[in-house]
Amino acid sequence: MLPYPLLSASLVIMWLALNGFTPGHFILGCIVSVFASWGMAALRPVKPRLPKWYLLPKLVGIVLYDILRSNLAVASILLTGGRRKHKSGFITVPIELENPTALAVLAVVITSTPGTAWLEYNSLSKTVLIHVLDLVDEAEWQALIKTRYEALLMEIFK
Amino acid sequence: MNVIEHAGDLPAWAALAVSFFLVVGAGLTLTGTIGFARLPTFYERIHAPTLGTSWGTGGIVMASMIFFTVLATRPVVHEILIGIFVTVTTPVTLMLLARAALHRDRAEGNPEVPAEAPLEREAEGQPAAGD
Repeated sequence: MLPYPLLSASLVIMWLALNGFTPGHFILGCIVSVFASWGMAALRPVKPRLPKWYLLPKLVGIVLYDILRSNLAVASILLTGGRRKHKSGFITVPIELENPTALAVLAVVITSTPGTAWLEYNSLSKTVLIHVLDLVDEAEWQALIKTRYEALLMEIFK
Repeated sequence: MNVIEHAGDLPAWAALAVSFFLVVGAGLTLTGTIGFARLPTFYERIHAPTLGTSWGTGGIVMASMIFFTVLATRPVVHEILIGIFVTVTTPVTLMLLARAALHRDRAEGNPEVPAEAPLEREAEGQPAAGD
């Protein structure tokens, strides 16, 4: 009946947090979470395994800091507009990660960081096409993504 | 319950923090939308709104969290959930738009767009996580 107990529990808690802690909402939340987890089971996702989940806060911290920094960088590019010329371009980054969940997390990280956008992943050549707003040095960006995010994700999703 | 009536009960430090985060969040979002209108190409333009979806949302959410926590009217989970869902759903639309644009540019033979990786056509349509 409950293929994903953790998911169902989180859904009930979220439902209660959003709607108020009343018995009525508890029952309603339980019904919603049961149907939602059936829907999730129908998608047959690969169960993500996180042996080193305790490294996740470190990743979140790094990402939040980087997002803040690139927010300022992109805002300054946008505000100075025509005065300071920036050059944007595409880069291809080889990615060794294969775990779909890890790739999804990396996509969220790259996309939420202003100035970089994850365009497409090629599962055969294992490369990602990324568009960078302020592209100065391609090798520098590749190294940044590989050392700062990929290495940590590799460790988390080993 | 009128929230505005309670705003007077807010201590000065909290009011300052709330205003600071509101102005920062709203300012970043505004900057993003200006960039969205001003940048010349599609691929550059997709970067601008991410200001609003990252710390733009973050700042406003933070202000809201401080406001309601200090007034102790309700727990702050709502804002955290908003932050998580905005962050997690942004890449979906962005990739959809970007890949549509890439496909169109490649079909038109636009030289500024990198060519499709040669192996992709031979793949047996295996979907990847990034898709």
